[in-house]
Amino acid sequence: MALAGQRIGVIHPDPKDASPLRIDEALVHRMLVAFLKEECAKSGHRRVVVGVSGGIDSAAVAALAAEAMGPANVSALFMPYRTSSPDSAEHARLVAKRFGLALEEIDITPQVDAYFAKRGEVHQVRRGNKMARERKAIEYDRSWPDGLVLGTSNKTELLLGYGTRYGDMACDLNPVGDLYKTQLRELAVLLGVPDVVVRKPPTADLWVGQTDEGELGFTYAQADLILYHLVDRRLRPADLTVAGFDPTLVNGIRERVRRSHYKRVMPLIAKVSLRTVGHDFLYPRDWEAD
Amino acid sequence: MTVRIAIAQCAPALGAFRRNVAMHHEWIARARDAGAALVVFPELSLTGYYLKDLAGELACRAGDDALRPIAEASRDIDVSAGFVERGPDARLHISQGYWSRGALVHVHRKVYLPTYGIFDDGRYFGPGDRFEVFPSAVGPAGIAICEDLWHVSVPYLYGATGATVLLSPASSPGRGVAEGGDLGTAESCRLMDRFYAQYLTLYVVFANRVGHEDGIAFWGGSEVVAPDGTVVARAPDFAEQLLVAEIDPDLVARERDRNPLIRDERPDLVVAQLARAASDFAARREERPAVSASPGRSPEIGQD
Repeated sequence: MALAGQRIGVIHPDPKDASPLRIDEALVHRMLVAFLKEECAKSGHRRVVVGVSGGIDSAAVAALAAEAMGPANVSALFMPYRTSSPDSAEHARLVAKRFGLALEEIDITPQVDAYFAKRGEVHQVRRGNKMARERKAIEYDRSWPDGLVLGTSNKTELLLGYGTRYGDMACDLNPVGDLYKTQLRELAVLLGVPDVVVRKPPTADLWVGQTDEGELGFTYAQADLILYHLVDRRLRPADLTVAGFDPTLVNGIRERVRRSHYKRVMPLIAKVSLRTVGHDFLYPRDWEAD
Repeated sequence: MTVRIAIAQCAPALGAFRRNVAMHHEWIARARDAGAALVVFPELSLTGYYLKDLAGELACRAGDDALRPIAEASRDIDVSAGFVERGPDARLHISQGYWSRGALVHVHRKVYLPTYGIFDDGRYFGPGDRFEVFPSAVGPAGIAICEDLWHVSVPYLYGATGATVLLSPASSPGRGVAEGGDLGTAESCRLMDRFYAQYLTLYVVFANRVGHEDGIAFWGGSEVVAPDGTVVARAPDFAEQLLVAEIDPDLVARERDRNPLIRDERPDLVVAQLARAASDFAARREERPAVSASPGRSPEIGQD
């Protein structure tokens, strides 16, 4: 572990200085393995399910799960659609092999196409959402009777709302949701995620040629630094533009965060009674039996 | 002659009082076997920390039978443990008891109840209203529960009123993982422990818990810091451990001879200055135009 007080110098917002995003990966690694172990044990589950896409986020989660639960207790699922990149399959297999996981492959094409067959042409985003939700439905099916479904959404995706509700965003436990994409990349390197997976451009692979950064219109490096200053350090958008960040980008990202906030909270329940689930009936989830 | 102290860096089960009592018995036995005169448990060790609406359900009066097993276990070793106390006026408190020779001899109610960031103590609990020094197995002691220690006035008050040991049971969640630093919270706590120990020339006994509650990791790192700033013993981060350390009352004496900060402290000046400030505060309040001054409007009581 790094020595206390090693950083000298005040953290200023600076579009050219990404150093505030750096993390102590070894410490994070320990915390996340302990998180998975303890939260599974508390709820009486001995197994976890993770959808392995061939991308870096799910590779990191698979690695953490294998270490925390033992590879035999991790159900790793690869669920391609007919348009999925062949690279995804190759990389998912590479990841599974690297972390000693048996990879189960389930083609979701028949069920997705059967649904859309009678509906004519639909927008690719609608089709993508359907794919994400079919995959999650399969993960939950595979979790029965003693497993928990792991989430792989990182902090950047969660804050930007770049994900499908009840699709890729759905899970029981998410070990990586407090790590920005660039931080998760650092962790993935430490965990030994294959280089080819670490280096390839991030993609949801929901349609041919899709890349996260192409769809978002900015890079993760840009978004992460802006989000870090806005969220973690509580600066205001104006503070960032004064410091030289692109105002359109800063305000665009801030607006994405605002607009997508509904995706990050539990559904709203209309309060009418004296005591209401979610409002003033508040118990910890880890409430243990005596 | 040194006195041996033990810290039970454990992981209480959330909302499971009876299981936690059994867990306390195990750790007390281990501390007794290790020859300790006192074993200190973390904040809310008998209930778990993020209780929310469970707080009222797990509360007990200080003299309640539910705490009897802890009293019984304290016949040949002093025990300090945390529980939810239902006060005489029915208020709930985050309390730390001190049991000795089979009886509860001191209770500290957490005064500073954080309600920022990941904390919501003030929603569920009422604050304590005093800091009392009491005789413990390791000398005159004061208890500062977690957030209490972050308020610089608290260790000062204990130091100024005769404590030579500061017991700080905590449920401190680990957060802040920037490279080039320790875990953010660990760094802050270690800085406090050492600073208070060295400049109030007393022992700081920091008893933090480990384990997870609702995704939040308590980081451990319990430690005993001597009045000369030496870290006498430190438990690992994130793992259970019975930490054993020697408290040397003679070191307090030698350190206070060498560095008589407490002897030369002027609490009378502090009291006088704060008294002046208090009357200034009151005067300024009177100068402020009254909210109800506008004609035709009733006083806005309860406005938020």
